[in-house]
Amino acid sequence: MTTTDSPPDARPGPARAPARRRRRTGDTERGFSRVFRWVATGSGAFLLLVLAAVAVFLVARGLPALTASPDELSDRGGLPTGMDSLWDLVGPLVFGTLLAAAMALLLATPVAIGIALFISHYAPRRAASVIGYVIDLLAAIPSVVFGLWGGRTLAPVISDVWVWVAGVLDVLPFWTVEVTNTGRSLATASVVLAVMILPIITAVSREVFLQTPTLHEEAALALGATRWEMIRTAVLPFGRSGVISAAMLGLGRALGETMAVLMILSPGILYSFQIFDSGQQQTIAAFIASRFAEASGLAVNVLIATGLALFVITMVVNMAARAIVARRKEFSGAN
Amino acid sequence: MSATSPTAATTTETAERTRALLTAADPGRRRADRAMTVLIYGAFALAVVPLVSLLWTVVLRGAERFDADFLLTSMRGVFGGMDMGGAYHAAVGTLMITLTATVISVPIGLLVAIYLVEYGRGALARATTFFVDVMTGIPSIVAGLFAFALFSIFLGPGAKLGIIAAVALSVLMIPVVVRSCEEMLKLVPNELREASYALGVPKWLTIVRVVLRTSVAGITTGVLLAVARVIGETAPILITAGVSDSINFNPFDGRMMTLPVYIFSQYRQGPVPCQEGALDCLVDINFDRAWAAALLLIVIVMLLNLIGRLVTRWFSPKLR
Repeated sequence: MTTTDSPPDARPGPARAPARRRRRTGDTERGFSRVFRWVATGSGAFLLLVLAAVAVFLVARGLPALTASPDELSDRGGLPTGMDSLWDLVGPLVFGTLLAAAMALLLATPVAIGIALFISHYAPRRAASVIGYVIDLLAAIPSVVFGLWGGRTLAPVISDVWVWVAGVLDVLPFWTVEVTNTGRSLATASVVLAVMILPIITAVSREVFLQTPTLHEEAALALGATRWEMIRTAVLPFGRSGVISAAMLGLGRALGETMAVLMILSPGILYSFQIFDSGQQQTIAAFIASRFAEASGLAVNVLIATGLALFVITMVVNMAARAIVARRKEFSGAN
Repeated sequence: MSATSPTAATTTETAERTRALLTAADPGRRRADRAMTVLIYGAFALAVVPLVSLLWTVVLRGAERFDADFLLTSMRGVFGGMDMGGAYHAAVGTLMITLTATVISVPIGLLVAIYLVEYGRGALARATTFFVDVMTGIPSIVAGLFAFALFSIFLGPGAKLGIIAAVALSVLMIPVVVRSCEEMLKLVPNELREASYALGVPKWLTIVRVVLRTSVAGITTGVLLAVARVIGETAPILITAGVSDSINFNPFDGRMMTLPVYIFSQYRQGPVPCQEGALDCLVDINFDRAWAAALLLIVIVMLLNLIGRLVTRWFSPKLR
């Protein structure tokens, strides 16, 4: 059946052939082939359009909040009491978001690099794929279940640890460490965030480590390096940019994570480094999710404006990470 | 040989010494190596602890209320500490919203993947590849805000519908579908395409009948994994489809509950203030329902993952 579409000009007599051939030197796509190309290309463009639309709609709907006068904002903007400008709200939220994500990243990156090395260079070949599957399982668990587990199981257990850590830190003369014994602090939320971003950092780092040229590794071993020295001198330098971009992807994930923070953290809106105390910080995503149901009018615009801030931050982080990955792909000899 | 035996003995001795020097790292280096091995095994163990703890807790606590009654009743008319109510309405909402999102995302995602693999050249293709990657990093709540802002133009600010949530999920799902379908299409050997062209089959038909046909198993897997990923999204659904206590099959009319939102709303309600001596009032009923729904959700996600992997194993073309 497929052959029925073959070009009819294969058959014509020799006299007409040159004219035919000349016509066919151009685009040989006709009929449905051309339609199909346009549909496929169109959907590629549509995807870019969607991303642009996300930005445009957030700006358009956030604009009323950006241009509203302080009186309007404090009257109808749904701002917490005592605030009369958007920056009073967005500033601490951005601070809380960055603090939570940075702590999650600090906790997750070393562990993720360890697991990636374990899979790529330590575990037996057969076990490695199973272990990779187990780590992927972590990625499959919905964030709301992480939140439920973090709030009901982890927080009561880990609060004892935080009380002890805070007791140790309190010895430092220049910093009084407050601590809550409910465990509903930013520290707990960061631990859960770290667990959630572990799989993506592990997956990307693992791929990079596996790409290390075998010759480099064998050369290091032949010079008498131990396994760790081989990793330190051959694998890690080769994978450095890959690990950096993996960490940034994890950072992007942690910045936008909503439910774990919403269900664990007892929020406040302060510029505060008291990570073991409750009622201190809040993240943008959790703030939006907690206020959206009751918001109306200008308050919705305020929430969308804070969402715009989150969108911009995550876009910058993600684009930087992807640019590093893409650049690395071009210049590494591994492919 | 025998004449040179004394020198041979010294050579073997030196050779032994040299070998000992070369093979044995000095204690400091060996200790560092040992320590790093322990640390790296420890990192893996550290990651397994939360995973095991989470799965264990969910199974243990979830199994308490996980029965036919829980699966087949909604929360309509259930209040306080009543020992009833279930997640049927949430399961229905999850099914409808995820299905709608899949119907929207799969054709678009597949076409974009076809574009990137079969046609993509030049600036548009490069931009698309880059921004697909960037789009995978859009925070889910931002996708929810976008869908809300889009539909509030047509429907006014108070609209809460299943379809809005489906659009929000699509924004999150399309890049995932594109990424996995692209990988699968790239795996199709060029010989198959060329053989098809040699038979005079036009390009579109080659793509539909040869390329897609060959990679259908991988694409199915990719779609199932993408579904598994968005089925657990909470925040965008919370702000677009709202919360509901009743069964609603129609994504175009009224609020819809989904399992993740159900878990969250039960969790948020917290312990029930029961009267002293009330027999039909359970203090922890909301948490029990949340755990049971979490178990249901995890079972669904794991099944999707498992089926996805089995599909690849069973139906991938046997290339010799």
